[in-house]
Amino acid sequence: MRTKGTAAIVGPGNIGTDLMFKLMRRSDIIEPRYMIGVDPQSDGLRRAKSVGLEASAEGVDWLLAQEELPDIVFECTSAKAHEANAPRYAEAGILAVDLTPAAVGPYLCPPVNLEFNLDAMNVNMITCGGQATTPMVKAVSSVVPVPYAEIVASISSLSAGPGTRANIDEFTETTSAALEVVGGAERGKAIIILNPVEPPLMMRNSVFCAIPEEAGEPGELQDKILESIHAMVRTVQDYVPGYHLRAEPQFDHARETWQGMARVFVPIEVKGRGDYLPDYAGNLDIITAAAARVGDIMVAHRLGVETSWKSSADLGDAPDAIVETEKAGV
Amino acid sequence: MGDMTIRPEDAPKVDHIVTESEVLENLPKAGGETDLRITDSTLRDGSHAMAHQYTEEQVRGVVSALDRAGVQVIEVSHGDGLGGSSFNYGFSKVDEFDLIKAAVEEATQAKIAILMLPGLGTVHHLKKAHEMGASVARIATHCTEADVSIQHFGEARKLGMETVGFLMLSHKASPAKLAEQARIMVDAGAQCVYVVDSAGALVLSDAQERVQAVIDEIGPDGAQVGFHGHQNLSLGIANSVLAYQAGAKQIDGALCALGAGAGNSPTEVLAATFERMGIKTGVDLGEVLSAAEDVVRPFIPRLPWMDRASITQGYAGVYSSFLLHAERAAARYDVPAHAILQKVGEYGYVGGQEDMIIDIALELQREKERMALGDLAAAGVR
Repeated sequence: MRTKGTAAIVGPGNIGTDLMFKLMRRSDIIEPRYMIGVDPQSDGLRRAKSVGLEASAEGVDWLLAQEELPDIVFECTSAKAHEANAPRYAEAGILAVDLTPAAVGPYLCPPVNLEFNLDAMNVNMITCGGQATTPMVKAVSSVVPVPYAEIVASISSLSAGPGTRANIDEFTETTSAALEVVGGAERGKAIIILNPVEPPLMMRNSVFCAIPEEAGEPGELQDKILESIHAMVRTVQDYVPGYHLRAEPQFDHARETWQGMARVFVPIEVKGRGDYLPDYAGNLDIITAAAARVGDIMVAHRLGVETSWKSSADLGDAPDAIVETEKAGV
Repeated sequence: MGDMTIRPEDAPKVDHIVTESEVLENLPKAGGETDLRITDSTLRDGSHAMAHQYTEEQVRGVVSALDRAGVQVIEVSHGDGLGGSSFNYGFSKVDEFDLIKAAVEEATQAKIAILMLPGLGTVHHLKKAHEMGASVARIATHCTEADVSIQHFGEARKLGMETVGFLMLSHKASPAKLAEQARIMVDAGAQCVYVVDSAGALVLSDAQERVQAVIDEIGPDGAQVGFHGHQNLSLGIANSVLAYQAGAKQIDGALCALGAGAGNSPTEVLAATFERMGIKTGVDLGEVLSAAEDVVRPFIPRLPWMDRASITQGYAGVYSSFLLHAERAAARYDVPAHAILQKVGEYGYVGGQEDMIIDIALELQREKERMALGDLAAAGVR
């Protein structure tokens, strides 16, 4: 019986490279074997080769022509590229974890809905903001109904690559949809802000949930919401150590202008772990960490072995970031 | 802050000294050839000062008065642009698309403009506004992030809308950087790019140098340049005049200064000042004065004013619409609004980051509690 699987990473940019390092450090089950790009001059391909991967600039055609196909492919290209590649991976029987906004497969956030999607052949990692905020919306919506959830993701300009910039609507639309489908809100709204200040800001996410009037007042219901939020933060921290509350969640009394609803505000900061990208790129860290974790669990599930994921506590201090100021291209 | 000297050539040229009766007798009529175009933002920037509670009746009244006065472009949207109705920025009382539709119905000669901020509003919002009859798309980004607007300019042009780019918090970028960002917008399809002094922080030559740099970059392509001023340091009108003298062709104002922070350059004062300088705006002074005094003034809950908090915004370079949010957080957490705004400036938060105000208020509250404990310790309590 095989106890290990192999992975291909398609898209050798900063996301792909960070993912490669995370798999190498944190998973005993997945061996990153191939790094696929389209530009022979790519730094990412060179870097992958230097740490022992087979790197090719001949795209997915090359990958699918290999004698030994990978068990899993991580798509770190663009929505358009993944839409074209997805049927080909499926035909070849390769599990696909999609880090683009293509959303060919179901939205996935590990602490919320991974267990329901273990047998899917293609899963989508939503967006960085979606990974950071849907767990919080879920934490609230599992205690009280949430008719409306809104999130504001502020990220450092340096960590927003050309892909994100060219199609910022995809971020807001995909994240809004995930607040509903994954977070459990009836209606979701997402806002993204790029801030160029130096030194770069850590990724910040504000989550606002409309909650019933009685949950806006101190009492048992409010305590339950708080407990649920704190428990969810600990679960996310297991794979994203830099994920934390900036302050205690804030409850506001019901207001007429909020259609009689009360509100809870949850301020989250995500410090990157610096596996490859700098600290401030918590937005990139959270999506690669989630993708690597999903891959580890799904491959373990297919092989029928225990997951090997090393939580942050097992790994000790984060290494120094390799890239400091380079524009992170998503 | 650059060269702040006021040079003789900066001084407005006054044609001749006129008496009040002469002014009243010779009020210019609306329309005709103009030297510049005034865009009125009472129904967009003013939405901040109205806590986004505009009614359809108010919108119809303002549009009708501005239209009669000959103002050529009237902007209608949530203060934070299309899609701004939210917990973070405040919910609109009336759906902005209903307000846009009402404005379009009311206008006879004026074009109705909308504002949108990519990351908040989407192409979907833009199309809906166009369906309602809006014909000018004003697309705003932070002054260093113009490339997030490329897809929206493309869509706006496809819809056949006139396009205007808005580089917000322009004081945060050098003239050269602004010019580079304006170039990105023009290449994406912007027909005009504004230097937007969102914090009311540009002091005279700071404003003029930026306008000049943008004109030098995009003017040769036939693109226009605009200026959007705020009154936090009381320089909205003066900066607008300097912008015009540098070659800006579009200038923003709001009736009674109704806008974020200490308000916008008042449209009626812009009209009067340019009139006095012999610069044609196409605006009928008597009508626009009446629009401000008789239509807008009566429904304003609190006139925008240069007080401690809004002056701090101008001084510290803070996005003007943070004002009311800071005041609300100040009341909720019992910390001073001006201290919150000072911190917003120090941390470098940009337009849209209203959520950080709660964060800062909590931080100030914690500091205050520590201080109180310190006092107890000093008093011998252990």
